[in-house]
Amino acid sequence: MAPDSGAAAPPVIDTARIALVGNPNSGKTALFNALTGSRQKVANYAGVTVERKEGVLTAPSGRQIRVLDLPGTYSLRARSPDEVVTRDAVLGKLAGEDAPQALVCVADATNLRLVLRLALELKQVGRPFVLALNMFDIAQRQGLRIDVERLQAEIGAPIVTTVATRKRGLPELLEKVEALVDREALSGDNVWHEPSPAEIRAAHAEAQRIFKLCVKPPERPDTMTGKIDDVLLHPAAGLVILLGLLFVMFQAVFTWATPAMDIIDGGFAALIELTNTRLPQGLLTSFIADGLIAGVGSVLVFLPQILILFFFILLLEDSGYMARAAFLMDKIMGGAGLHGRAFIPLLSSFACAIPGIMSTRVIDNRQDRLTTILVAPLMTCSARIPVYTLIIGAFIPNQTVWGVLSLQGLVMFGLYAGGIVSALLVSFVIRRVFWRGAVEPFMMELPTYRWPEPRNVLMNLWARARIFISRAGRIIMPLMVLVWVLSTFPYPPEGATGPAIDYSIAGQLGQFLAPLMAPIGFNWQMTVALIPGMAAREVAVAVLGTVYAVGGEDGETGALSTLLKNQWSLASALSFLAWYVFAPQCLPTLGVVKRETNSWVWPTVMFVYMVGLAYIAAFITYHVAVALGAG
Amino acid sequence: MSEAFVLSPDFNPAESASGVRTLASAGLGERGVIVRVTGHSGAAEAVEAEELERRLLEMGFVEGAAIEVLHEGLFGRDPIAVRVDDTRVALRRREAGAISVKFDGR
Repeated sequence: MAPDSGAAAPPVIDTARIALVGNPNSGKTALFNALTGSRQKVANYAGVTVERKEGVLTAPSGRQIRVLDLPGTYSLRARSPDEVVTRDAVLGKLAGEDAPQALVCVADATNLRLVLRLALELKQVGRPFVLALNMFDIAQRQGLRIDVERLQAEIGAPIVTTVATRKRGLPELLEKVEALVDREALSGDNVWHEPSPAEIRAAHAEAQRIFKLCVKPPERPDTMTGKIDDVLLHPAAGLVILLGLLFVMFQAVFTWATPAMDIIDGGFAALIELTNTRLPQGLLTSFIADGLIAGVGSVLVFLPQILILFFFILLLEDSGYMARAAFLMDKIMGGAGLHGRAFIPLLSSFACAIPGIMSTRVIDNRQDRLTTILVAPLMTCSARIPVYTLIIGAFIPNQTVWGVLSLQGLVMFGLYAGGIVSALLVSFVIRRVFWRGAVEPFMMELPTYRWPEPRNVLMNLWARARIFISRAGRIIMPLMVLVWVLSTFPYPPEGATGPAIDYSIAGQLGQFLAPLMAPIGFNWQMTVALIPGMAAREVAVAVLGTVYAVGGEDGETGALSTLLKNQWSLASALSFLAWYVFAPQCLPTLGVVKRETNSWVWPTVMFVYMVGLAYIAAFITYHVAVALGAG
Repeated sequence: MSEAFVLSPDFNPAESASGVRTLASAGLGERGVIVRVTGHSGAAEAVEAEELERRLLEMGFVEGAAIEVLHEGLFGRDPIAVRVDDTRVALRRREAGAISVKFDGR
């Protein structure tokens, strides 16, 4: 049934392909990291937005083995795009991929019940596999007795005990894998099909029989997880602790990242300076400095925040807490029509909507996933902060209200809250008006708590950073070039007095759109700033500096802030803030949505609804402010 | 407890008398054994009945499995965390309506 490209391989080969399959939380990725170390490559599978993680290792025999880390699953019956990849890869039907010659089924030795059924499913596929009983040290510590010989006979596959985090059992695993690869011709026929409920029951009964036969319950079962959960899943205390954790995370994201961001910012500014002074003045220099270097810099500056955020997310995931967070948040998210799993993507969107949207892949249901993608940019990303800081600094008096609260801080908080509330409202409307009807089931395993393994966390962090840089880079670079072209051409005429951008396509477009924006209190300079600001939100700050011709290169915000205060009314400034809460001022986000949904429909929907909301919000803000005398 | 959770298409007064109820109606700390898993939760589901049944089975909710309700959410005591044999699983009460449990007498 499955095309088996490996079957024709010559008997003596020096490379082999294997794939890792297993339940979520089985330590599969830890095993992958232990096997391949730094020799990993992360990309996408052809045509789908599922992460493809492959690594290479050299077996003791000298043979090179390519290892594919497949997304975790409970069965081969695929429900999410990730699980489709796992199923097709196992069946050898994945487009653009050679079928693996052997599989490693990774099992948490302390939690065998569900994985045994998966192993029985793998057996039907007929592809040879090794069952790796991972985290075997924990099983031993608990006094769990597993009759490996017997299990091997019952499952009909070789079994190895491993401790991925201590690299124990890896030589034995490789030895068994190589033995399977060498005898590949012995693999059976594929008789797998989607099991019916009755067949799942039968498979489960068989797994249960094997389990009872081969596994003696632990003498010292884990009681810690239950005790920790009594606190962390306590209906009230659990939510308070979760909020506390999120607060600490945010503090860390914004305070720890500042020094690194300043260095990156300064580094790129110096690089632009260097380019401008060393290269002859001209179009090419402008392109390199203002188009390419500035463009890359404006994205990389968020890397420290994204890394810190990912670091926390990895800690929460590896420790087992993330599933608890989804449990605690499910009702609140569900009330807005979102899935409990949407929590993590929305959280990431506070740093940047791009990694947030990329991480919606964990959501099985297509409508749930699209809803999450559509509202993710409403979360206040850090690119809005420079804009908010500039406007708040210029227009909101630095005074204390109610004795303790800073008025400026309060406005900032209001903008954040506005983003969150509107995201919940928009998803509520999407799920009640447009996609009415049934709710996707929420079901997830709450894994045993474990200490995160530092090496593992760092390797995964590095992998995610690389994904962000390469993917964001590939989307952002061409957009940056586009915005540079729009803001550079045509040149100002001879003897022009205004800043060059006024004469460019962007400038003309801004002036053309200005009458449209007048009802929300925007002058033409504000409108012009919005166009290059499409490259990245914070670019608008630099453009305002340029159109008002202050500060030269980087625009001293101090000077700009005083100038804005004299040029704009308070109502216009508030309207600009309201606009920025909602407006899709970020082409890279739209590019990522196109990529993730594989269609222009969703970026278009996102653009239209966000512009609409922004216009309405700015209109109301402006007119209310004018009516209150702030015009 | 909300009525909607208790009544499923498979609701059977005779079973109710013998201590069999759906998991949706279970309170904190209640223990029992699963006697039946169907795809009918009694609420509108995004997935077909057979699909829901298969997903429940794959998470270990099978006839004969021991069940204990470990935790409840704050709002409407939903979702719930249950021990199924020796696995901890979180699910909403609406899906729990598809699982009939013979609870231990208290």
